Amino acid sequence: MTPLTTESLEHLEARLEPLIDKYKGKKGITIPLLADVQKELGYIAEEAVDFLSKELDLPAAELFGVATFYAMFRLQPEGKYVIRVCRGTACHVQGSALIGEQIQRHFKVKDGETTEDGLFTLQYVACLGCCSLAPVMMVGNEVHGRLTPDKAIQVLESYRTRA
Amino acid sequence: MSRTIVKVGMASCGIAAGGGPVFDKLHSLLDGRDDVEVKKVGCIGFCYKEPLVEIEKDGVCVTYGEVDSALAEEIVEKHIDQGQILKEHVVLNNSAEAPENPRLENQVRIVLRNTGLIDPENIDEYIAREGYRGLEKALKEMTPMQVIQEILDSGLRGRGGAGFPTGLKWKFAHLAKADKKYFVCNADEGDPGAFMDRSVLEGDPHSVLEGMAVGAYAIGADEGIIYCRAEYPLAIKHLNRALEQARERGFLGDNIMGTGFSFDIHIKEGAGAFVCGEETAMIASIEGKRGMPRPRPPFPANSGIFGKPTNINNVETLANIPWIITHGSGEFSKYGIGKSRGTKVFALAGKINKGGLAEVPMGMPLRDVIFDVAGGIPNNRKFKAVQLGGPSGGCLPEELLDTPVDYESINATGAIMGSGGMVVMDETTCIVDVAKFFLSFVQKESCGKCPFCRIGTKRMLEILERISEGNGSHEDLDLLAELAVQIKDGSLCGLGQTAPNPVLTTLKYFKEEYLAHIDDKKCPAKVCTTLIHYSIDPEKCIGCTKCARNCPVDAITGEVKKLHVINDDICVRCGKCIEVCPVGAVTVE
Repeated sequence: MTPLTTESLEHLEARLEPLIDKYKGKKGITIPLLADVQKELGYIAEEAVDFLSKELDLPAAELFGVATFYAMFRLQPEGKYVIRVCRGTACHVQGSALIGEQIQRHFKVKDGETTEDGLFTLQYVACLGCCSLAPVMMVGNEVHGRLTPDKAIQVLESYRTRA
Repeated sequence: MSRTIVKVGMASCGIAAGGGPVFDKLHSLLDGRDDVEVKKVGCIGFCYKEPLVEIEKDGVCVTYGEVDSALAEEIVEKHIDQGQILKEHVVLNNSAEAPENPRLENQVRIVLRNTGLIDPENIDEYIAREGYRGLEKALKEMTPMQVIQEILDSGLRGRGGAGFPTGLKWKFAHLAKADKKYFVCNADEGDPGAFMDRSVLEGDPHSVLEGMAVGAYAIGADEGIIYCRAEYPLAIKHLNRALEQARERGFLGDNIMGTGFSFDIHIKEGAGAFVCGEETAMIASIEGKRGMPRPRPPFPANSGIFGKPTNINNVETLANIPWIITHGSGEFSKYGIGKSRGTKVFALAGKINKGGLAEVPMGMPLRDVIFDVAGGIPNNRKFKAVQLGGPSGGCLPEELLDTPVDYESINATGAIMGSGGMVVMDETTCIVDVAKFFLSFVQKESCGKCPFCRIGTKRMLEILERISEGNGSHEDLDLLAELAVQIKDGSLCGLGQTAPNPVLTTLKYFKEEYLAHIDDKKCPAKVCTTLIHYSIDPEKCIGCTKCARNCPVDAITGEVKKLHVINDDICVRCGKCIEVCPVGAVTVE
């Protein structure tokens, strides 16, 4: 990941400015605020937390505490497509571990990592709720079911051509 | 002649199975025709036959399964245009015999009364099927206490897992005195293997909104929150659409139906933490904090969100409410046995033929659910265990299949009803591996507040890893049992208190499989990778090179028409060679 430079820091503040108006003085905002930061920047940048902590008078520790507690928040930028390999029970008994391993080998990434070309980020997640089509993975917002290791790779490669 | 209605199953499962292109095809073929309407519906629960397309023509409803674009075209040409039913593809038929009719007839659909039948994005279809009539009755004809009494009489208990009587919960919140109360819907369905809540939210969101409005009236809340996990984008989309429509029609908002009762709902997206399904953790999360549970009392009914009385019910529980109010508690409580009344939706998955959702009366024996409704085990394999209740539940063996599905009977086995996930396992599933799987799940999801949950589950997981690698001892089994008790006693919330259940039940019912790993260093199901070895039978190998070409890690060597050999150190036990070998020469020991 490229560290934010001074110029982009100013730029960053401008991008986060609308969030200050939206959340100033309200309570219970930490999670939606961080979700908005992530939507805007693609991840929770340390610089963004420092900036918002000052502007909204929230301890940075509280923001980081929440950001590291929930699976949804990322402290690193992620790829264009997030591959969520379901590791729920039904998928597990139907062989989802093998699918995860095949993806790891094929794209040379581990759980939580992003491919060098920035296209895919691999995540192992708990149940996606499509158990009867197990094993399942989600790419972006699309769910793919009844996978085999080979089929999973085929599906993912089709996103590459789409990109 | 009435219009023909074409319904395409477009819940997440339907889309995942390829419903999207089927819908597009039907839409492009039929768009602009006055005599046909094509619409998207939710999940009817026959996921194993997805994508599903139902044709309603002249009062006859025929559902086709495993539809692809080509079949869709044929359906239009033959069935819609010529009235000719394509018998070999029929799954359900409401006026003639069809292969899957019995699976529907075994069910009592209260919660799932609308899913798969109505367009979830159209409030009129919900209204046409008794929608918002329960709310109207509650607001206009009943006092809040009468509503609570009706729910108490129905015997409805929380469908999220613990089975606390819903009416009692409402009564506590009703009696709490405060200027502000919250009514929360727990839509953070996190149990791996459970997906009934997703299906209801996607396929019939108004039933949940109506249930919430009735409950809010009963306890005196003016603000509702649906805490929905972000992994369910389609559910959130449909909920938002339903909220807009309900507001437009005056079922939510100020002065609902002119009764002076005001209530509105907004959605909080969960940020991915299993522990947030626990009430106090969910409250912390709604307040924007780390979702960590706190000791009770005070109970949420007295001090919940921002210290105000808060009532939390699960999706399935709420979807029952409008039906109970409309039809009366007696109609509801006539289903079920003992203290478990009404129905329960089960999510059937794993090694079964007919995975999907099924709603059955409480008290049906597990055997009937698994073999009659879910169609038994595929590939002539033998049933080994059924896992109930997710990470808090347990694995039950064949001998316990006559256990009726009700809260008390299932608790007595050491498993729990949970939210209704049922994952079936056959002889190719390793029980030690399953126990390890659940422990690693709770280990990851433990919020870390209680040391026994945080560290104790870690130690249990390490022991299980040791056993699955063939390095376990008999003392390890005693240690597992000892730790289990300590974790149960030393944890604040349900996550920790139930975390050892999968280990305890498997130790109780499948001890011999643990012993096989410990004493014989063997994994009978051939799953635990360190204990199995792949090899090629020299008598059978024809030297076709297929295995070598397909091995993802190049562990196989050999020349054309000569014997191939697997290097055990490189082999990752993925099973690809077995799959591709034309002569069945690859064996696993």
